[in-house]
Amino acid sequence: MTIKEIQEEIIDEFSMFDDWMQRYEYIIELGKSLPIIEDVYKTEENTIKGCQSKVWLHAEKQNDLVVFTADSDAILTKGIIAILIRVFSNQNAQAILEADTSFIDEIGLKEHLSPTRANGLVSMIKQIKMYALAFQAK
Amino acid sequence: MLDIQSIRADFPILHQEINGKPLVYFDNGATSQKPVVVIEAIEKYYKEINANIHRGVHHLSQVATDAYEEARLIVKNHINAAQLHEVIFTSGTTFGINLVANGFSQMLKEGDEVIVSHLEHHSNIVPWQFACERSGATLKVIPMNEKGELVMEAYDQLLTDRTKLVAVNHISNALGTINPIREIIDKAHKVGAAVLIDGAQAVPHIKPDVQELDCDFYVFSGHKMCAPTGSGILYGKEAWLNKLPPYQGGGEMIKEVTFEKTTYACLPHKFEAGTPNIEAGIVLGVAINYLNSIGFENIEAYEKELLKYATEKLQEMPGIIFYGTSTEKASVISFNFEGLHPYDVGAIIDKLGIAVRTGHHCAQPIMEYYKIPGTIRASFSFYNTKEEIDRMMDALKKAQSMLS
Repeated sequence: MTIKEIQEEIIDEFSMFDDWMQRYEYIIELGKSLPIIEDVYKTEENTIKGCQSKVWLHAEKQNDLVVFTADSDAILTKGIIAILIRVFSNQNAQAILEADTSFIDEIGLKEHLSPTRANGLVSMIKQIKMYALAFQAK
Repeated sequence: MLDIQSIRADFPILHQEINGKPLVYFDNGATSQKPVVVIEAIEKYYKEINANIHRGVHHLSQVATDAYEEARLIVKNHINAAQLHEVIFTSGTTFGINLVANGFSQMLKEGDEVIVSHLEHHSNIVPWQFACERSGATLKVIPMNEKGELVMEAYDQLLTDRTKLVAVNHISNALGTINPIREIIDKAHKVGAAVLIDGAQAVPHIKPDVQELDCDFYVFSGHKMCAPTGSGILYGKEAWLNKLPPYQGGGEMIKEVTFEKTTYACLPHKFEAGTPNIEAGIVLGVAINYLNSIGFENIEAYEKELLKYATEKLQEMPGIIFYGTSTEKASVISFNFEGLHPYDVGAIIDKLGIAVRTGHHCAQPIMEYYKIPGTIRASFSFYNTKEEIDRMMDALKKAQSMLS
């Protein structure tokens, strides 16, 4: 699936929720269920430090696709990471660079990507794009 | 006794809904809300008074200057400074500390020592690191204990004739501990060291008496005590302010300028270069008058009641962990729940209208001490109520059940 298609699928899934509580419960579930990074990749180098929560992001190229794994110490952050990984991982670098993240607004999670939250997610998206750029250049 | 309902009526911002829930504002440690008298004074300033001060001969300039100097007098009386010119207007606590630290960086030398504490906000650590790096002096740290108190025996050990300055906060922003600053000041003076007190978290709760404390510098921000952001005060003893070199050069702070040599204006103007935040300065005076009209004894007594009530309620919750359990505490509670990340709890209770602070509170050494990423901090003001605390409890229970 293309990034756009996955984003639309996620918007569709979230449209089933009536209120923020259901959305949050779903994100918490996502956050709990996913072992999304191997411990060996939880290095200082892979750490994105926010004021509020910490994010670890690892990237590698498999064939022509960029594969991301990530984690966070906060469960909501981790749940949103799971969504971001679903969107951006296993895509080619060019598609990652061209993609936007406005779907996050549409699923009612905008405040988690606000710079005031300082939870590491904004930096994580920047870092995802940086990796894509770096892999594209290789 | 406080008439809470009439006090709450003074604060328009409190009467609103967040996500369909009534706002409960417990982030007073970050900044306070502003009463109507303050908001109206800001408007009045721009509608009727605005002009540059200490410069023009025209009428408005005179009115603005008089209002600004009147505010200085209000501050002087409030903190009981000996002299009017010992009260310097700044943009806030951070600026005040940097001003003093910059001055000291030119007076310190290798072998000298500066003491800060483990309980400091980053803004009372980093400026002193700068000063030490520039001068070759060494930074020493008063350690803390599990209760979030300073270890005074260790402080005694740190004090020597090499100690030139001690910089500590009056009240810890992250934990609410009220530090024994009288003792800290007296002991520092015995070895000839100057003392700077960061009063940012104290001034909303306590009326400091700088002469009684005998501190050499006392710095604070207006915005935590009902005044606008961009207002702040550096109090310094006259002798120290005369000794300290100026921080910023510019207009207002000079006596005579030639390309060969400039001589500086006398106090307080030596430290007030450029056009200040005139409105914020004037309105700081209005805010202080407002707080005094309520009375700090009343504020203190009521906030203590809120602290006690909230602490008892929180104690009943499963998995609660308190940080900072000193008996000497301002109305600040820092806590976590076992196995839950403070960010997750904060994000969920925000959805329920509760505004608290989560994170490291710009005091990473304290978080490091407890080996935690951060805490949830509820900080109460005199306009908060027990009903609001109950609402926070309900929200916290909801967050707990969603997250576990």
